[in-house]
Amino acid sequence: MTSYIAKRLLVAIPTLLIVSVFVFLLQKLLPGDPILALAGEERDPATIEFLRAKYHLNDPIVWQYIYWFRDLLHGDLGISLRTNQPVTELIAEKLPVTIQLAVLAMIIAMGIGIPAGILAAVRKNSALDVAANLVALSGLSVPNFWLGIMLILLVSVNLGWLPASGYAPLFSDPVRALETMIMPAFVLSTPLAATLMRHTRSAMLGALKADYVRTARAKGLSPRVVVLEHGFRNALLPIVTLSALLFGDLLAGAVLTEQIFTIPGFGKLIVDAVFNRDYAVVQGVVLCTAVGFILMNLLADVLYVLLNPRMRAAL
Amino acid sequence: MTITATTEVPPAALLRDTPFRRSWRKLAANRAALVGLVIVAFFALVALLAPILPLPDPMATSWSAIRKAPSAAHWLGTDEIGRDILSRLVWGTRASLSAGIVSVLIAVVIGVPIGLVSGYFGGWLDQIVSRMTEAFLAMPFLILAIALAAFLGPSLGNAMIAIGLSAMPVFVRLTRGQVLAVKTEDYVEGARSVGLRHPRILWRYIFPNVLPPIVVQATLTIATAIIAEASLSFLGLGQQPPSPSWGSMLNTAKNFLGQAPWMALSPGAAIFTVVIAFNLLGDGLADALDPRET
Repeated sequence: MTSYIAKRLLVAIPTLLIVSVFVFLLQKLLPGDPILALAGEERDPATIEFLRAKYHLNDPIVWQYIYWFRDLLHGDLGISLRTNQPVTELIAEKLPVTIQLAVLAMIIAMGIGIPAGILAAVRKNSALDVAANLVALSGLSVPNFWLGIMLILLVSVNLGWLPASGYAPLFSDPVRALETMIMPAFVLSTPLAATLMRHTRSAMLGALKADYVRTARAKGLSPRVVVLEHGFRNALLPIVTLSALLFGDLLAGAVLTEQIFTIPGFGKLIVDAVFNRDYAVVQGVVLCTAVGFILMNLLADVLYVLLNPRMRAAL
Repeated sequence: MTITATTEVPPAALLRDTPFRRSWRKLAANRAALVGLVIVAFFALVALLAPILPLPDPMATSWSAIRKAPSAAHWLGTDEIGRDILSRLVWGTRASLSAGIVSVLIAVVIGVPIGLVSGYFGGWLDQIVSRMTEAFLAMPFLILAIALAAFLGPSLGNAMIAIGLSAMPVFVRLTRGQVLAVKTEDYVEGARSVGLRHPRILWRYIFPNVLPPIVVQATLTIATAIIAEASLSFLGLGQQPPSPSWGSMLNTAKNFLGQAPWMALSPGAAIFTVVIAFNLLGDGLADALDPRET
């Protein structure tokens, strides 16, 4: 198992290198000379020259990348122009907020999507199945920032049940944390719940057709045991790996959700950075999500092996 | 249901049956896909006819009609500076639909040839393309689009480029995979053995056979791209004010939720409807273009 994980990690290295080149090149897309902006009003030639040398801008682009990458390996992603904090520090501060939101969204998505998918498969072509499919299609098609706005309108403005925005850390104020997180987490979970429902349904349909399920039925096991023990356990594998892969989508979805509910997380960080032309932060966030995505991919692969006895034996 | 439909076709007609006609028949028999097609056609018509529809100027402000609820004069109400929301919604259709279609065209025009060449020739080129595609796919679609749009500068055109480039790797991977499946087929071997040149084989024998899944993916990606454009406009990275777009209308609307909820209702409902329509159409096309008879 360890050697398998090590091998998968090695394969991820070229991907990460290419991502880093791409993120580095992003800053070259900027129109104009960034140094002129940094040098201030006077545009003193000595200052400009000093800044050029400091950021290695007189060197060939390959060397600029190498210097940038060397800093990256030391955990230095640059300094935020807005807050003067190191980008790594900013990310470390905001990431836990988003992870908290994403985990809650994942729990909601699994809680809705998986049972709905099982029921839809067991009662294939029934009114329930049609309804579940319709809801899933809507979940995939609704822009989540609009859903967020509509929920705020209904739940916060009209009914006054939950706060429209705000944030509280889970461990110091759990009640307030849940109050402020439940709505955004639900909004974030909708496309995920829809995808999970669709995949659970098709995996279950496949599993329920299998010989072992027919055998289980024939020997007179209760339908509940047949569906959950024999059907679902075999359909579980693709669902678990899919969930790990979809975690990356949650990070992306959090951008707009956090914006709507003003949650001070990772997504709000990139949006604020975009508005303030704080490009080092934008680069840091892109790089960080890519690393997160690659790690999740790895986790999905490892889970696949761990949960699949045939694969485990092959190692 | 489809079984009866196919058995009713007389043998003479079967001889003239082309794949296109067969797919069209399957699509026409799929009610959900037809609903999607009709809605898409409706919005396309609205976008085209916007200049001649009897609507007020979408940018005309009116200080006497600020944040008025829907009425006979303004069917969907007015916004925070008295502009007619219906008119802005109709003109916004142009931004949303064109962004959806243009960005997917960008993704297809760049992604499909790369995938074709990479899958067909294989070797070190394929290795490089595959690694780069993987790296691109590691960056979540929307975050990549936001970052690109931010660095390119805010405008509708740049938003289209950003969305198109972010969607491109999906088409590279899809096309490449399809080419790998098709290139060992007998008819490709045959074309090669009679001495046809690579470009001709790619264009005449491979491309038509990998096209159906690309068409399906393109239709579904238009749905994603429309949401992405609305998201970028919502963040101020797409269509710039005062030009109307659904995303930027929602962005303003969220500041007046208590006083003027109608401002938020219609633009979001429009996005939702168009996106669901493209998704229905895409799912229908996936069934219709599947060569396996069901």
